[in-house]
Amino acid sequence: MKLHTQLLNDVTAFIWHEADLLDHKCYQAWLDLWTDNGLYIVPADLDATDYESTLNLALDDSAMRRMRVARLESGESVSAKATMNTLRMLSRVRVLEAGDDLVVVRCAQTLNEMRHGALVTYPADVEYHLRPGEQGFRIERKVVKLLHADSFLRTVSFIF
Amino acid sequence: MSELIKLENISLRAADMVEEGRVHKALYSDPEIFEEELDKVFNNSWVFIGHESEVPDVGSFKTAFVGRQPVILSRDRKKNLHVLLNRCRHRGATVCEGRKGKTKSFSCPYHGWGYALDGELRSLPKPEEYDGVIDKSELPLQRLRSETYAGLVFATFNDAIEPLEDFLGGAKKWINLFMKQGGGYPLKVLGEHRFSFPGNWKIQLENTTDAYHFPIIHKSFISSLDEQAADIFDFLDGEGFVEDLGNGHSVMVMIPELTDLEENLDEPIPDRFQALADELAAEGRSDDEIRRLVRAVHGTGFNLNLFPNVSCSMAFFRVMRPVSASETEIQHVALGGEGAPAPFNRKRMRLHEHFQGPMGFGTPDDGEAWERVQKGSMAGPDGWILVNRGLNNLHRSPDGNVAGAVCSETGMRAAYRQYKAVMAAGEEK
Ligand code: FES
Ligand SMILES: [Fe+2]
Repeated sequence: MKLHTQLLNDVTAFIWHEADLLDHKCYQAWLDLWTDNGLYIVPADLDATDYESTLNLALDDSAMRRMRVARLESGESVSAKATMNTLRMLSRVRVLEAGDDLVVVRCAQTLNEMRHGALVTYPADVEYHLRPGEQGFRIERKVVKLLHADSFLRTVSFIF
Repeated sequence: MSELIKLENISLRAADMVEEGRVHKALYSDPEIFEEELDKVFNNSWVFIGHESEVPDVGSFKTAFVGRQPVILSRDRKKNLHVLLNRCRHRGATVCEGRKGKTKSFSCPYHGWGYALDGELRSLPKPEEYDGVIDKSELPLQRLRSETYAGLVFATFNDAIEPLEDFLGGAKKWINLFMKQGGGYPLKVLGEHRFSFPGNWKIQLENTTDAYHFPIIHKSFISSLDEQAADIFDFLDGEGFVEDLGNGHSVMVMIPELTDLEENLDEPIPDRFQALADELAAEGRSDDEIRRLVRAVHGTGFNLNLFPNVSCSMAFFRVMRPVSASETEIQHVALGGEGAPAPFNRKRMRLHEHFQGPMGFGTPDDGEAWERVQKGSMAGPDGWILVNRGLNNLHRSPDGNVAGAVCSETGMRAAYRQYKAVMAAGEEK
């Protein structure tokens, strides 16, 4: 099996960059990583494939992403203020598809959140559809499949 | 200093901790009271299990809880519904796992006892050793009494209590109105959000009849709406009301214009639903149908609280389960129309995602407030929770019920009155 180590490096650098932006709440810079039609999806049903015809925890087009960021940054949301910090680690990166205009990547993510003095952990499988371009990648789709999407989550006032 | 009653020095009696207009904070955190609640409230009332549409076919099932006890809602070969204790009669393993599904029978994984969809024990491996020892007909999955109203399935362990319809009483009228939001199609469960919060179940019971908190804690949600929609949610000074429907049930009407979704069908299409109307028109839907669907898409303008564990809340069911005195699980069940146009059901799901669930723009802030109520209930040796808002401004509703302003705490008082009655039952004064 031939691994595209250069591509693997490039996509890994990109998703680590995204992860760093989110942990450090650089939400405006994060919004710029997306294509106009990009979808940020956190499914409630891990077997779903047609997300628009399924109830999700989040299904954000560009307008909803901007609104989600505005809510987190507004200072009006008491739960967003109570979220101290998140710290995520991404690993096990695998390129599933390496097309000229679409790169599909899957990786494992563990996100830790500190809230009210309690540590909460969210392991997830994350799949990216990335559009390569002159300025680097843009996100066409990000699907965060939480390991416990099917069971009872705590409330979430950050971005996975 | 010593004027405060030291609660640890007196014997706690839950029913005495509910007064008209205030309840004691120990009701949120005392583990003994919690055990008593499981027994007297959840194992002794009509408890909401699910909606018929969740088990549409022969062999459909869903799992649920009555208090702490796992149950199965199943549809048998004659299409009858059953609520069964999820516990094998041999050595007690659960016979059914997963949220929902379809099966021909329930087969225990441990030693292979097989139960029919109605709970009857049908088969067991190597039966010889049981000859003359057991009689299969005496060992079905334990069946709870269950009854259905307008598609809502309830069950109870108490064979002696009143029929479901008598228990629902004044709430039935509001259930019927709630069911109109399929836009001319039967109501159908589209999916659900699940989350838990570290707090007592009654904090949540209070919340769905609490309009007072809306503009404060949900400011960030309101900011995300266009002006027309934000205006609709600005209801505290409007004509809304809260009505005590008896037996612990209450209705909080926030947006009176959205009480009956089959009325006012000639209103202009709101801007935020113009895209939906266009999509429906492109599908060839008639103008009449488009108006009916658009009017229904946002749900009703009221929250109907049914004691003890379900609320028909504007556009969804809020179902709760007490896990411990300081832990509660909640389901926000999204609804649409069975056979309704896909754009309508899609829009209903997007609206649900916008506010509800662990990642919505509303629920996380509710959760934060509830968590703080639980935390605050630990402060001080003594303390009361006030539910007396609007006691100075009550009136009789057209149906003859006690009612208060939309942001009154009339619904909480209704629930606590029932709670007190149930908790006091069987005790000597
Ligand atoms: S415990 Fe179910 S068959 Fe033995
Ligand atoms: Fe709320």
